[in-house]
Amino acid sequence: MESKTPFYEQHVAAGGKMVPFAGFLMPVQYAGIIEEHRHVRSAVGLFDVSHMGEIEVWGPEALKFVSYVTVNDPAALEVDQAQYSAMCYPDAGIVDDLLVYRYPDHYFLVVNASNLDKDFAWLQEQAKKFDVSLKNTSDGIAQLALQGPKAESLLQKICDLKLSDMKFYWFKVGKVDGVDMLVSRTGYTGEDGFELYFDKRYAGQIWESLFKAGKEFDLKPSGLGARDSLRLEMKYCLYGNDIDKTTSPLEAGLGWITKLKKAGEFNGRDVLLKQKADGVKRKLIGFEVEGNAFPRQHYKVFKNGVQVGEVASGVFSPSVAKGIGTAYVPSEFAKTGTDLQVEIRGRMIPARVAETPFWKHSSIKK
Amino acid sequence: MNFPKDLKYTASHEWARIEGDTATIGISDFAQGELGDIVFVEMPAIGSKVEMGKPFGTVEAVKAVSDLNAPLSGEVAEINGELEGTPDLVNKDAYGKGWMVKIKLSNPGETAKLMEAEAYEKMEKHGH
Repeated sequence: MESKTPFYEQHVAAGGKMVPFAGFLMPVQYAGIIEEHRHVRSAVGLFDVSHMGEIEVWGPEALKFVSYVTVNDPAALEVDQAQYSAMCYPDAGIVDDLLVYRYPDHYFLVVNASNLDKDFAWLQEQAKKFDVSLKNTSDGIAQLALQGPKAESLLQKICDLKLSDMKFYWFKVGKVDGVDMLVSRTGYTGEDGFELYFDKRYAGQIWESLFKAGKEFDLKPSGLGARDSLRLEMKYCLYGNDIDKTTSPLEAGLGWITKLKKAGEFNGRDVLLKQKADGVKRKLIGFEVEGNAFPRQHYKVFKNGVQVGEVASGVFSPSVAKGIGTAYVPSEFAKTGTDLQVEIRGRMIPARVAETPFWKHSSIKK
Repeated sequence: MNFPKDLKYTASHEWARIEGDTATIGISDFAQGELGDIVFVEMPAIGSKVEMGKPFGTVEAVKAVSDLNAPLSGEVAEINGELEGTPDLVNKDAYGKGWMVKIKLSNPGETAKLMEAEAYEKMEKHGH
């Protein structure tokens, strides 16, 4: 039986098509994926992401612990700053990707809904060697993602923080419509925007106040379908598709968050150092296909008639109006412009390794 | 949800409007809703033969792809060329402008095997 997020009634009232996802009933779309997708790129959309998992890390060794279990370097974070990171197993396979927020006195981790139980068990196991305490606060938190070029103007109407001072991947605790919340300039769409974390008792009020303030900006609810096509146009990884326990961050193109020179031991370091020294054997590439054939997960990818990989994520891209996707291929075929073929329903369709992100007009202000 | 009474339906969500020895074929309102935004309909060639229950084309939506199964056997007499430029007609008007092919029936007796609107609606309501 799936759980409902605190916004379930709002989704149904807004015409959301509810589907099971990661143990929750979530809206896959309201008006339609393409319309919602375009609206986030051009205006502003609101996503319920309350299914995400939240874990607090407290204690004198909180920093040391977070650094040990993640590949990015939390020591580089200022208070009120966040970073994208990944947790690895000792063999460098990925446990999950996550956001790490630094508070003055603790760290706040945001993980994938589908991995929450696994992640929490893994973190508790790892925590035995550290003077830390972990708290899974997921059940009490509502999370919304307000995404699009008009997000700041909209949110500023009902938020007491000066949002123009908040840079990408920074956050503050402030009030929205009088309700205390974490306001974070982050997202999974490639557009400017905010993620809001707050006590789920205020879910109905905040949903309503955002739509009231959003009227002049034509705020629309946006579902998981648009979330997926938006993130894939940015080549943002989706756990279970693009990354999992068999892929390393270096193979996944996440070298930019893998800080091999950071101080102290961390899970996966030895294998990652070796991969870095030797070069990875395969890489996650982005590709485009020609014509009206669209790649889907697990379709086979070929080079000169020989299978070299399979599609990790695939979708019709509303922005470039083409089939786009990701796949792990041998590193020798990972160069932009390399010709590949994807077997789509029995036919070999020409594909080409593309420069990513696919969407090149992001409104994110770095 | 809309289940016009003058159409016949398949368990795989195609509909057929039978007029004499010709059937117009499309997918149901339920099916288009399940697929979401349709971005391409792959059609058979005019003159090709289709066989009851066998795939004759595909519908590509943003997130999913689905086979089109022929509700009846026959020869493709006409295809809806409008869908090439505006495949979303299937989403907007599944039983009207979103029709896909017309076939000249080779075995009109097969129509007895299709579902009436009432049976199809009942199948939907029981969550299949």
